[in-house]
Amino acid sequence: MIHSLFVINHSGDVFMEKHWRSIIPRTVMDYFFEAQRQVVKDNKGHEDVPCVIATPHHYLISIYRNGLYFVAVCMSEVPPLFVIEFLHTVVDILEKYFTECNESNIKEHYVVVYELLDEVLDNGYPLATEPNILQELIKPPNIIGNLINTVTGKSNVSSVLPSGQLSNVPWRRADVKYTNNEAYFDIIEEVDAIIDKTGSTVFAEIAGKIECCVRLSGTPDLTLSFINPRLMDDVSFHPCVRLKRWENERILSFVPPDGSFCLMTYHVGCQSAVAIPIYIRHNFFLPKENSQSQTGKIEITVGPRQTMGRVVENLQLSIPMPKFILNCTVTLNQGRATFDPVTKILLWEVGKIDPTKLPNMRGQIHIQSGAVILQSTPSVNVQFTLTQIAISGLKVHRLDMFGENYKPFKGVKYLTKAGNFQIRM
Amino acid sequence: MASGNLGLTYGGQEKTPSLSGETEFAAEAGAPGGLFHADYKRHDDLKQMLDSSKDSLKLEAMKRIIGMIAKGRDASDLFPAVVKNVVSKNIEVKKLVYVYLVRYAEEQQDLALLSISTFQRALKDPNQLIRASALRVLSSIRVPVIVPIMMLAIRDSVSDMSPYVRKTAAHAIPKLYDLDPEQKDELVMVIERLLSDQTTLVVGSAVMAFEQVCPERTDLIHKNFRKLCAVLVDIEEWGQVIIIGMLTRYARTQFTDPNINGTNHSEKDKPFYEESEEDDEKGKQTESLVLDPDHRLLLRNTKPLLQSRNSSVVMGVAQLYHHLAPREDVAIVTRALIRLLRSHREVQTVVLNSIASMSVNRKDMFEPFLKNFFVRSTDATQIKLLKLEILTNLANESNITFILREFQTYISSQDRDLVAATIQAIGRCAAGIKEVTDTCLSGLIALLSNSDELVVAESVVVIKKLLQTHQGSHGDIVGQMARLVNRITVPQARAAILWLVGEHCEKKRVSKMAPDVLRFMARTFANEQDVVKLQILNLAAKLCLSNPKQTKVLCQYVFSLAKYDQNYDIRDRTRFLRHLVFPSTEQALLAKYAKKIFLASKPAPVIESVFKDRDEFQLGSLSHYLNSRVVGYMDLPNFPAVAPDSNVRNVESPRPVIPVTSLRGNSASAPSKGKKKETFYSESSSEDDDVKDESGSSDSKSDSSSEMDSDSAESDSDESSSEEDPDDSVDISQQNIVRLSPSLSPSPPAQRLSRTLVIESSSESEYSSNSSDSDSNDSDKVVKSSRMPPPKSNLDLLLDLDVSDSAPVMASVSGIPLGTLASTPITDSSVQPVSAAYISTRPTELVSSISSGCGLQILYRYTRSINLYSPSMVTIELTLVNTGNEELTEVKITNKNMPVGISMHEFTTLASLPVGATRLVTVGIDFGDSTQNVSCDLVASGRPIKINFRPSVGELIRPVTCTEGVFINEQGKLKGMNEHSFSITNTLELEDMKNISTKIFRTTNMASINSSDPNTLRFAGQTLSSKSLVLVTILVGVNPKLTVSCEKMIIGSMLLAELKEALKN
Repeated sequence: MIHSLFVINHSGDVFMEKHWRSIIPRTVMDYFFEAQRQVVKDNKGHEDVPCVIATPHHYLISIYRNGLYFVAVCMSEVPPLFVIEFLHTVVDILEKYFTECNESNIKEHYVVVYELLDEVLDNGYPLATEPNILQELIKPPNIIGNLINTVTGKSNVSSVLPSGQLSNVPWRRADVKYTNNEAYFDIIEEVDAIIDKTGSTVFAEIAGKIECCVRLSGTPDLTLSFINPRLMDDVSFHPCVRLKRWENERILSFVPPDGSFCLMTYHVGCQSAVAIPIYIRHNFFLPKENSQSQTGKIEITVGPRQTMGRVVENLQLSIPMPKFILNCTVTLNQGRATFDPVTKILLWEVGKIDPTKLPNMRGQIHIQSGAVILQSTPSVNVQFTLTQIAISGLKVHRLDMFGENYKPFKGVKYLTKAGNFQIRM
Repeated sequence: MASGNLGLTYGGQEKTPSLSGETEFAAEAGAPGGLFHADYKRHDDLKQMLDSSKDSLKLEAMKRIIGMIAKGRDASDLFPAVVKNVVSKNIEVKKLVYVYLVRYAEEQQDLALLSISTFQRALKDPNQLIRASALRVLSSIRVPVIVPIMMLAIRDSVSDMSPYVRKTAAHAIPKLYDLDPEQKDELVMVIERLLSDQTTLVVGSAVMAFEQVCPERTDLIHKNFRKLCAVLVDIEEWGQVIIIGMLTRYARTQFTDPNINGTNHSEKDKPFYEESEEDDEKGKQTESLVLDPDHRLLLRNTKPLLQSRNSSVVMGVAQLYHHLAPREDVAIVTRALIRLLRSHREVQTVVLNSIASMSVNRKDMFEPFLKNFFVRSTDATQIKLLKLEILTNLANESNITFILREFQTYISSQDRDLVAATIQAIGRCAAGIKEVTDTCLSGLIALLSNSDELVVAESVVVIKKLLQTHQGSHGDIVGQMARLVNRITVPQARAAILWLVGEHCEKKRVSKMAPDVLRFMARTFANEQDVVKLQILNLAAKLCLSNPKQTKVLCQYVFSLAKYDQNYDIRDRTRFLRHLVFPSTEQALLAKYAKKIFLASKPAPVIESVFKDRDEFQLGSLSHYLNSRVVGYMDLPNFPAVAPDSNVRNVESPRPVIPVTSLRGNSASAPSKGKKKETFYSESSSEDDDVKDESGSSDSKSDSSSEMDSDSAESDSDESSSEEDPDDSVDISQQNIVRLSPSLSPSPPAQRLSRTLVIESSSESEYSSNSSDSDSNDSDKVVKSSRMPPPKSNLDLLLDLDVSDSAPVMASVSGIPLGTLASTPITDSSVQPVSAAYISTRPTELVSSISSGCGLQILYRYTRSINLYSPSMVTIELTLVNTGNEELTEVKITNKNMPVGISMHEFTTLASLPVGATRLVTVGIDFGDSTQNVSCDLVASGRPIKINFRPSVGELIRPVTCTEGVFINEQGKLKGMNEHSFSITNTLELEDMKNISTKIFRTTNMASINSSDPNTLRFAGQTLSSKSLVLVTILVGVNPKLTVSCEKMIIGSMLLAELKEALKN
């Protein structure tokens, strides 16, 4: 299975390595660096480093997250998804521990990371990956803890071995106690869409997830029911959810893990019409190939469409320009626009849409002199949020708690975001 | 604090460690001569810190060392200084030392041996986590000398009480196997044992060990197949992936191809129209019958895993369906696969790769999701290309216009690779779908005037292929392309054009242009790439044959240029062509046919998916992804033509499929059981579940132990129903069963675990839970004995092993555990209670419905599980069935007429027993090791019914296990009056061994002891009340003999009589 793990930063340094079986020399990473160089040579992004690289004796399976490559080295047949999923799980765990999994955090908490890695994998096979269990074995660092540690000279390893390792609910730690018992549910929906040149929808879909933050004492048993559960098709659950109950009654019944977690993800099929909250009128052209002019034009107007009575907020348009473009000069009636000459991305942070005064951008595109102009059209990636509404219309009916006697504080929040929302120009 | 972890040595107050640490250090510095005082220059400060007496300094040093390891710097010279601290009582230091050991032990084997005794001691620690981590490190240090110790440790740990330790043991198996493959046979036995483990925590790891060590031993899976299917949902995600992979291979060897009829059908349908309808019907019948029930079970139980949040689980199920399911069922995995496309980039890549491969043969599955494969500009290039591949695979007459329109937008993309691939894709669509060939062709021709050279070049290549496949006159197109030769610089495209011109040189429009093209190319010949040069030669030869008048001289010129080319391929080709085209007289024979040779019509290239040939690899495997055989890849076997005997999967006493539920169910309350319960061939109806849910929620309000009750009650009821009537069992389990004394189902680990937790939650200590678990005396002693070794200081530990050469160390080390077994008097810890080997599932009638007078039928059954109320009680399960016409109320036991020394624990009063209803209750009776009658009244609706319990002596015993040595030792003590023997008259053959065991198990509740002598069967048990050993030996062979040894003579003689009776039959 997984023999070793190397963590590599942006500048190509291996700054952490961990071996679960015999030691694999660092030189094996040369194959990876070669692939990385190739990608840079081809003018591609970091995303384009192949995630599986076969070398004569090893197989390098890597993921790229937060500017870091996590490269697992395998030596024999293994489902690649198994390794990829595992690496992502590790990063998720690290994120839970350090809020952000970046180079400086990992370097700062070498020992914790190392202990975690030691705990999640044994001989290359996953051992314990449930955050709740791990947090009992190895205490996450925090500022107060650090302070105490430096004063008393203790570390983050919990000195009392947890008895809850084998708690009967594998995902929940035992003996949870809170003075304020609360359970928050965020229903977050993302609209994925491709809108073509003419403004008609080529493809639209809603993907939702329910993020929970549950801090309840004891072993509560929750049920969450929806007013219109039939909207959801193709769901996936946290292991705590009882599948049969969902199948028969469309009710989520579960004993939650402690802390925050993703309870379920769902999908609202493309069969039902998806409300597209915004529209864009655009005008984009590049100078003709042989013309003398070195400037093109861009003009974009954004307006609200089906917003279910909410205001479109945090609107942000990012337009990756062709490589031969030197600069863009634009005038706006709202927000802020920047052009990054390295990535060639024109970013317009619009903010709220005021239906009476539509945000508008117009300006010129400057071409690098002597560059060959290729008639290609960029597409606009759109970000926005609509608060207090799930665009599919999904609504929670009620949340009940069994198994404990106190009254928890319950809260549900709805949010709609743009997911992979693309408009072709 | 540091107490629990190394609790063996000191009570563990805060101050003790530092104190002892100090003295220890002082002594150490002087004592063991040069060993620790080698001349190391580097890391002196760290060494000093490690040698200091303060834990905080040690910790700091260890942290820095771990930092060095993490960065990949060498810290091996600190080994002696670090390894000393393995005995540290500070758990944090200890943990880090473990990390260090695992990393460097391989390099410094001799020194690493110094730490072994610490681990051995830790393996007997009362804390399961310490036992587990000791086993982990011990098995990870890769020092070949300790193989026997590892083997011993693993063997001990697989029968550990704690599932966590057993899981670790499973993980240790492949490690040992890697270190010493010679141990395989023994490890396989251990794996077999782990596979039959009832705890979900263990099963996944057990299968992992199986896959690593002995994947070819499918025979080990037979017995566990149904259990694995049933508990699959509850296993942790990573275990699920491994089990699904293993089951896929297993199923391929055990079941027949579900599609074999289907495919034959569709293929044969047309030619065999005349066949009689009868035949057809038969075909259909067999088609619906093919699926083995176990095959269906596997498919049904893996389906819910499609909703896993873990992509590799979803992929695992998808590949299982792809390889095993009937064609029409495979489609259910589509949605889940599509869902994964929203996941991380890497996941997308792998999933798309698999979909691309599936979509070659299963278009219909993915066609409805066409839009999900539309390319986004933010996708990584690799993903774009895979999506394009899938779109092309899915293209058909109805959606092609749609797809082509989409392709059009891709051509104006900024990603050059995508543009090139799109043009290729258009070519493939055009070749595959006749209706759009012309449209595509004209579209591609339009692209020839594109400003982007890459687009043009790619189009040329694709057009060339298309023209080859497409019959008809293409003079115009070729003519147009010939004009492009000037402009295009991409060698492949130039070569393609030249080839086309040569091929069509006799066509009307081309024939005029061709010589000009050749003239032009002849001029630039020297500067062309090799591919182009070859095509120029080709063109020259063809033209010279078809139009010698205009081109002969030109051709000669080109040939002579090529004659002196640097590339030998080109020189070679020239020589070959020259002799064909300009023959000298003696070679004229072949030259006559030159025209035929060159201008023959050539077979069209087949344009197809590059994913077409990946079928040989298992979907989702690394080999499949890379399309090349990876080390360790196991071929998916083909379905057998005839399925092997499916009875091998029958389990004699239907194993309770449920124990997991008790694991999750305890806190999770009843509803969760629903999803795992009706696994056996029965799909539950939703109504039934509702009933259960209600009962569940009401249960959940009562205290946790009563939840346990309902759990085990259900598991019992499942056992009691035989396999043939699964529906019944479901029915019974759906009743709201209330019992007072929960019996343990024969899955001690799981049950034990969950009960431990129950008690823990009622805030009792771990020890007390242990003791209530089995009999209190016994396990108390276990705890004590493990505490017994006199506390040694750290110094002692090191001195113990302070031997310079490794062999004697070995001897002394491995001697410790063996010595305890052989020489020391038997402590109770050497005799361990185990679960029953056989449990009767058929209840026997106690009171018939007629004799009770009120229509109440009472059946009873010995559950052979440990009674919760008191371990000395026999657990009897009563099945109360109301067969009468009126509802019975207030069902309870009264008027207990107990002889001295016998006590009974009755069930709680049942408020009512409706007509036709069945209730399961358990009573516990302490018979005081006698077979006296126990009679009492069971009152129903105020009417007393007399019931008599008369136990057979075999039920007054519970099984225990011990080593053979202990067995013989104990038997030696029970001679004379305590020994009852009997010579068996009917000859027992060796083949009958298994049969005999079965008979013994049916008669009496004992456990078999591994015997080194194949002619001897040994069984051990313990009377419930007085805990006296009962040992049974059966000698098979020349003088078959049955011996029963027991301190209690009456029990011994009665048991002998019963066994005699049993063996006669």
